[in-house]
Amino acid sequence: MSEAKYTDSEMMIAVAARMLKGARTVFVGVGLPNIACNLARFTVAPDLELIYESGVYGARPERLPLSIGDPTLVSGATSVVSMADLFGLYLQRGLVEIALLGGAQIDRYGNLNSTVIGPYAKPKTRLPGSGGACEIATNARRTFMIMRLKRRAFVDKLDFVTSPGHLTGGESRTRLGLPGGGPELVITDKAVLDFANGEREMQLTALYPGVTREHVQAEMGWPLRVAATVQETSAPTSEELRLIRDEVDPHAMYH
Amino acid sequence: MNKPAKADKLASMREAIAAHVVDGCSVAIEGFTGFISFAAGHEIIRQKRRDLTLIRMTPDLIYDQMIAAGTAKKLIFSYTGNPGVGSLYCIRRAVEKAIPCPLELEEYSHYGLVGRYAAGATRAPFFPLRSYIGSDMLAANPLIKLLDDPYGTGKIAVVPPLNPDVAILHAQRADRQGNTQLWGLLGMQKEVAFASRHVIVAVEELVDESVIRADPNRTLIPGLIVDAVVHEPYGAHPSYVQGYYDRDNESYLAWDKLSQDHGAVTAWLDEWVYGLEDHAAYARKLGQERFDKLKPEPLPAAPVDYGRYR
Repeated sequence: MSEAKYTDSEMMIAVAARMLKGARTVFVGVGLPNIACNLARFTVAPDLELIYESGVYGARPERLPLSIGDPTLVSGATSVVSMADLFGLYLQRGLVEIALLGGAQIDRYGNLNSTVIGPYAKPKTRLPGSGGACEIATNARRTFMIMRLKRRAFVDKLDFVTSPGHLTGGESRTRLGLPGGGPELVITDKAVLDFANGEREMQLTALYPGVTREHVQAEMGWPLRVAATVQETSAPTSEELRLIRDEVDPHAMYH
Repeated sequence: MNKPAKADKLASMREAIAAHVVDGCSVAIEGFTGFISFAAGHEIIRQKRRDLTLIRMTPDLIYDQMIAAGTAKKLIFSYTGNPGVGSLYCIRRAVEKAIPCPLELEEYSHYGLVGRYAAGATRAPFFPLRSYIGSDMLAANPLIKLLDDPYGTGKIAVVPPLNPDVAILHAQRADRQGNTQLWGLLGMQKEVAFASRHVIVAVEELVDESVIRADPNRTLIPGLIVDAVVHEPYGAHPSYVQGYYDRDNESYLAWDKLSQDHGAVTAWLDEWVYGLEDHAAYARKLGQERFDKLKPEPLPAAPVDYGRYR
């Protein structure tokens, strides 16, 4: 095990990649999730097929994509389809096993806001909006969130629900008939949280080296729920760090 | 006897915009991240169109520029960001501060807007999709509705057809009748073309009809629904065209900086749009060296054999 120094981003990438162990299909966003998925292909999920909402199935990018519509995702892919087909035949058909999502705000039930800060009609800050997030959150079999732990992001009440998580908790998601399983993990730069309780409420399940529960609570806008057992996540191995730095993100765009 | 000549739809961008884009109409310049007809957007700015309803899944830099230039009163969209970079500041200024004028928003998710194009293309009454339930987007946009599935599976979201007055699409090649071939991200171009009342196609290469007929699977848009064909090399810069040129990311990063100030945007429009007569002048001003750097290495597919049957 390495004692090498690593950044918060490298830790998030390494942890997210480990969570993709054995996965067959993943719906990828650009940035950290993209690096994590490519790292997972080298490590725990060699058969992982990358799906991008731009219409790419089975991408094999030769460089780190600048966006989810980068032409490097097309060259060498298994299939390139229209967005109608991507959302219909792949996502709504149920072929997306894991989706990685993020947002400006998340609440305790894993609902996400990527639309506005402030009132919708007169926003303080206009954010990009849904893109595919609303239907991805609805249909993916499992959803993992990758977000930095910040008090302004982990809020008691969202300004706007863009993408449904476990809604008001408990069985509320199932009652509304949403096909996908909903949020399963929140991978942050300090800790991992899950929703493995009857209320489907976000709970602390693993702390990164050197991080305490108090550190996590300080960045959350509601009283932190803690799982019965809290693991300590191991630091990135020297091999994970080498792959991130030399293979997946050699220009250090995101780590 | 000579056969009657087929329609030659070749036009300059100036002619095509003047003929089909009028004040107050709805325009969809589409293409997901690539194939974005900046040439058309700049010509619309140059011709000082006003009160347009601009439709695009991802408004990108081109609508940021058109909105800063005051061409639009309304934006229909599903994701408004500078892709892979950050915010679209001109759109934010219009929404948050009404600079240079107020901008009405009509907002969907990607699948919702794709569905609106698909319903528009097939003249269907609506498009059903598994999305929106549990989201505040339903309340934010009254055009998104929930129906009871008549076959008994419960509530389903529906969106209405969208039929833009004009679709403007950029592609690799077309013939003079407008039969258009595109490879790479297929996005929503087929659906928006069939949905729209008029279609303008801009292409890197104008080819003979025989080139199209040799590879009919690649024809995304038939000339039947195309009104004008514009030969516009580099017409999608700074976005990309698969196999021809890469995205000019320096331009996207530069826009992220300069677009934070409306005065700087106005100066940019003066220099790069109003100050130039057309997109060919824009390409000359950028210089061939810039485009040479954006050219990808070749990676050709194996030829396919359709067979000759007679």
